[in-house]
Amino acid sequence: MSLFPHRHLLGIEPLLPAEIETILDTAQSMREILDRPIKKVPTLRGKTVINLFYEPSTRTRSSFEVAERVLSADSLSIATATSSASKGETLLDTAWNLEAMKPDMIIIRHASSGAPHFLARHCRPAIVNAGDGAHEHPTQALLDALTLRQKKGRIAGLRVAIVGDLLHSRVARSNLWLLTKLGVDVILCAPPTLVPPGIEALAPVTHRIDEACEGADAVMMLRVQRERMTGGYFPSSREYHLRFGLTEARVRRARRDVVILHPGPMNRGVEISTEVADGPYSVILDQVTNGVAIRMAVLYLLLGGHSEVGA
Amino acid sequence: MSGTLLITGGRVVDPAQGLDAHLDVLIEGGKVTRLGERLRARHAERLEAKGHIVCPGFIDVHVHLREPGQEDKETIATGTRAAAAGGFTAVCAMPNTEPVNDQAGITRAILDKAASAGVVRVYPIGAITKASQGEELAEFGDLKDAGCVAVSDDGRPVANARVMRRALEYALAFDLAVIDHCEEPALSEGASMNEGPVATWLGLRGAPAAGEAIIVERDVLLAELVGGRLHIAHVSAAASADAVRRGKQRGVRVTAEVTPHHLFLTDELVRERAYDSFTKMNPPLRGEADRRAVLEALREGVIDCIATDHAPHAADDKKVEYDQAAFGVVGLETAVPLCLDRLLRPGIVTLSQLVSIFSARPARLFDLPGGTLAPGAPGDVTVLDLESRYTVDPDRFETKGRNTPFGGLVLKGRAVATVVGGQLVFRA
Amino acid sequence: MDASRLARGLARIARQIVERHPDIEHTALVGIRTRGVPLAQRLARVVAKGEARRPRVGALDITLYRDDLTTMAPNPVVRGTEIPFSIDGCCVVLVDDVLFTGRTVRAALDELVDFGRPARIELAVLVDRGHRELPIRADYVGRTLNTAREQTVQVRLKEQDGEDRVLLLEPEPLVARTQGRRR
Repeated sequence: MSLFPHRHLLGIEPLLPAEIETILDTAQSMREILDRPIKKVPTLRGKTVINLFYEPSTRTRSSFEVAERVLSADSLSIATATSSASKGETLLDTAWNLEAMKPDMIIIRHASSGAPHFLARHCRPAIVNAGDGAHEHPTQALLDALTLRQKKGRIAGLRVAIVGDLLHSRVARSNLWLLTKLGVDVILCAPPTLVPPGIEALAPVTHRIDEACEGADAVMMLRVQRERMTGGYFPSSREYHLRFGLTEARVRRARRDVVILHPGPMNRGVEISTEVADGPYSVILDQVTNGVAIRMAVLYLLLGGHSEVGA
Repeated sequence: MSGTLLITGGRVVDPAQGLDAHLDVLIEGGKVTRLGERLRARHAERLEAKGHIVCPGFIDVHVHLREPGQEDKETIATGTRAAAAGGFTAVCAMPNTEPVNDQAGITRAILDKAASAGVVRVYPIGAITKASQGEELAEFGDLKDAGCVAVSDDGRPVANARVMRRALEYALAFDLAVIDHCEEPALSEGASMNEGPVATWLGLRGAPAAGEAIIVERDVLLAELVGGRLHIAHVSAAASADAVRRGKQRGVRVTAEVTPHHLFLTDELVRERAYDSFTKMNPPLRGEADRRAVLEALREGVIDCIATDHAPHAADDKKVEYDQAAFGVVGLETAVPLCLDRLLRPGIVTLSQLVSIFSARPARLFDLPGGTLAPGAPGDVTVLDLESRYTVDPDRFETKGRNTPFGGLVLKGRAVATVVGGQLVFRA
Repeated sequence: MDASRLARGLARIARQIVERHPDIEHTALVGIRTRGVPLAQRLARVVAKGEARRPRVGALDITLYRDDLTTMAPNPVVRGTEIPFSIDGCCVVLVDDVLFTGRTVRAALDELVDFGRPARIELAVLVDRGHRELPIRADYVGRTLNTAREQTVQVRLKEQDGEDRVLLLEPEPLVARTQGRRR
């Protein structure tokens, strides 16, 4: 009987709460490896992992690379400029070429929602979603949850506000799935133009950030991309900051021990003011360390302890 | 075609004549000559139809044959074979080929190919505008003379209201219907499915149903303004059906069609199938409320007929990320089994209504010959077996396209014989 | 082995450790998870009672170092290693409940060495049941048992299983498919 009976990690949505807890517990146990003098364990020795990143990302990619190397896996990173089928190789051809090198796992970040599912359907290695379009970014949500749990001692029953561009955010979706599955009281906040239809089914939505911050244990800020302004979603970054930015005053409406999470990199002065970004509530550095631990746990749970599966 | 055929022992259902009786049908010289009991014809081939339903040949008014220019996806030969296998005796071919069928010469080339390689009747639809760019009107008169039965820029909407108005006005001179693919491009930009909760969870950009209804309303009002003949392609939204209903009530000359996939599937399928691009088409699968509404509209007669929007694609065009995949699914070979299994069997429509939906009504839409088995009508017949099981096996399709969302389904009812001009072109 | 024999075995091991390590505060007892950990803690308590000085205690999780990872049940639980002190230059006594093939100890040695450079590593086990597959031996043994390979030695400890007992069990026969239920 396996603790984590999945071949791939394509998203949080298909996971059971117990499975999510397993990942968090495993990551917590493995975290101490990063404090050792020799940060290496032989667990995934002889396994090959390919990081296939179609979108630029130093942060997430480095985090996966460190996790892979700590576990003694052989790691290879491929950064490609674009996914458009008209330029160069299709995703499928790229994946098949990589598959011929017999990797055990492909970690993919891609601008198209469903790209990891597409790979999982057509390729043999285990697939980990490092962010697909606006769909999901499971390891981000997991490291956010681990950080929350460390800071607050628990997850269930917390009140967490998710603020920002919900429409385009895969981080928001993954977090929404994870937090609601683990019994968190979530409240969402965004301008009406950035609220995707149907999201109220999982959590209440407010357009007033003061209301969202009221009594919150944690506030999760989403990045606002500059293109959204030209896309007519809201008139200016000034107005966005005034109405939806996380300022000192708004943070003070939350609980005294509130924790501010941000997937990074931050747009200071837009979604978050500089004082808050640099203030004591920010746990961004913990998020980064936990990110490596989570990714180690995911790699271990998917690759460690299995012999070559059938085919 | 100088076909002579005697179809015996079947139950003839011809709503155009108000006929439902066990009769033999005699076709001579490619035309129906007699209906009667225990007919004899010494020189005739015989087709035994005992236990089967004998109908006027089915017509699909919305098909993409892809020839000229995209023969890797389909040819007139393979597309018409697929039609025959699906029980259709005639198809209307949309003009978004390469080059677009916006000139008489291209129309004639299509008809020539159909005559030599096609196995069912092909009625070309000409473009509304040159190269379907939505700006300058194409030569409707020439197109009609060459054989076009209607005009459309299908694949795209006619985005400019002035151009659509002119098209409806100008088409009056030739008594042509203008078929519009209704979509407000500004609302559907970058979308790969229906806007709604499913798109939200899948992280895909969606096109709202309102985007279709907006243009349907516009077109109905324009048709009313100029007295033109309007046909709405592939209605998918409740609000679109509603606009058609009100237009008809006011006496506007508007007709509409719906596809089988919009009758039976919703956007939930995209999620169930985890981004399978065989669920991607335009207009997209909508929510359950829209599905029920268009089904009801068909039952009421607000939507006149079923048309497949058969859109074959090469495997490479579909085997990519969802948002990059081509829009479209095939439908010629699955439409009749689906409708027999899911419309007739549960009693949503009667047999007479179903036959009318596939024969008399489409014929009437564009003044096509057929749609009835009255003496003098073309000898086009579709023979149905309501008990026969049909398994949707894409690998055995006649069409080159394998892109169907219905793969693996087992359906009850199918066409077991297709006759065009007295020639048997398909036998199950 | 019943509770009293178990206690006696541990007491003897504690005595032997103290004899060999006069500087007991600088000796570390590192239990191998899971049952080696309460055993190490008990040993430390016994020593402390007798000597009024305590050895340091740590816990080692060897899950990520096993060499039979691919043939075990998938994803054995990772509980984490806790060695909150430096082991450089000191003597470490690994503590485990049963010494069998020696593979667990090999994994523990690999991991320990990643933590630092101990001056010496010794091994204390409650039960040595033979059938070594690697050249590994225990320095301190509670009880030596002659076992057949297919038999199982089950150590039960109050801290985890509610009682102190060591059982020698016959192998489970293949369950008959047709008749009744076997417990």
